[in-house]
Amino acid sequence: MRFAYYTLAFTVVLLVSVMGLRGLRSPRPPIEVFPDMDRQAKYKPQAGSKFFADGRADRPLPAGAVPYGRDGTKADPAFLRADDFRYEGKLADDGFGRGFPAGVEVTEVFVRRGQDRYQIYCAPCHGALGDGNGITKSYGMLTTPTYHDDRLRGMAEGEIFHTITHGKNTMMSYADKLSPDDRWAVVAYVRALQRAAHGKLDDVPAELRGGLK
Amino acid sequence: MSKIFPKSANALPLQIVIFLGVLGGVATAGITYYATPAYLRVGYQPVQPVPFEHSLHAGQLGLDCRYCHAAVEKSGTSSVPAAQTCMNCHSIIKPASPLLEVVRQSYATGEPVPWVKVHQTPDYVYFNHSVHVNRGVSCVECHGKVNEMATVYHDQPHSMSWCLDCHRDPAGRVRRPENVFNLDSKRIVDAEGAAKAREFVDLARIKPPTSCSGCHR
Repeated sequence: MRFAYYTLAFTVVLLVSVMGLRGLRSPRPPIEVFPDMDRQAKYKPQAGSKFFADGRADRPLPAGAVPYGRDGTKADPAFLRADDFRYEGKLADDGFGRGFPAGVEVTEVFVRRGQDRYQIYCAPCHGALGDGNGITKSYGMLTTPTYHDDRLRGMAEGEIFHTITHGKNTMMSYADKLSPDDRWAVVAYVRALQRAAHGKLDDVPAELRGGLK
Repeated sequence: MSKIFPKSANALPLQIVIFLGVLGGVATAGITYYATPAYLRVGYQPVQPVPFEHSLHAGQLGLDCRYCHAAVEKSGTSSVPAAQTCMNCHSIIKPASPLLEVVRQSYATGEPVPWVKVHQTPDYVYFNHSVHVNRGVSCVECHGKVNEMATVYHDQPHSMSWCLDCHRDPAGRVRRPENVFNLDSKRIVDAEGAAKAREFVDLARIKPPTSCSGCHR
């Protein structure tokens, strides 16, 4: 009987030495003990596909695709993004629009949304203050301009929107990360940063001044 | 006539039963320890085609998770970024680094970078990222301190009982909305106490499903 316990103890020691403990790092894919229905015949986002020639489950839009199911009885400014000012920042004469397009209302909530988006997507290069001194500058991104010179302060809102949408010089497009409305929110926040950088004491309401002089 | 069995054999049936009991206990302990995701999945650290360092980008540089995983707030999937996201900076910063050759190729040809998926959800689980991050569940709760990982590894078990631990007690896990993407932040229960955490859960109407159909359809 004692022999049986010795064998059991030996087996446990052997098992632990071979299998190790929980949480050990390993590049080997996890073993699936019961893989029932873990992998079904369906596609998940950004997955691979053996069926399509390019090996991707995500399909690009076929050429000539149009929106489906439009309610034709009402004016729909989002339809085909037909409003050039709102979706490209441009006016009918191909110049950039000043101010904000119809349908974009600049409220405090909207500017705060812009601040939030700005700090995620813009601040790494343009800096939290819009002075062009983001974290990337110390790694070699030297061409980021400040927002606070006359050229960018005088730039039309539409042109800033167009720059976010399509990029400019070394900056690439952020259209995949910021929806058109979020882009306008960022434009509003950029205007707020510019205003703040050239702000005077009188711009701050008396009750919010605190020790500000 | 000599005895076939010695007298000690009288105790043998009982001893065998005890041994089988011990054996069963050891086997149960072994299966619980080794045949569950806490052993099988935690620690999985695949070799990626590009040695991208989360600890550098999300940690040292302080980039927000959403700079790259941009869809996480509005989609069920936390999107893996396109190569253009890398090139936003790496067209200027280290533009000729051999480590980034795969990214440059991907950007030029449009072929995706063959990243290896670390966290694999079974196809019968309908997990939605946006509903979690918009209700105060931080990235760190499920993915660990990615901002300190040079190479990402599977940090949490992602077993069903682990999901339910939180679904049954959301107040013990949630963070303030502004802290969700700050992986060094504290849970409300740790920063402000259990009462505040329950208040937040009530105010935000966090009612995680614990029925089967909440996650399985």
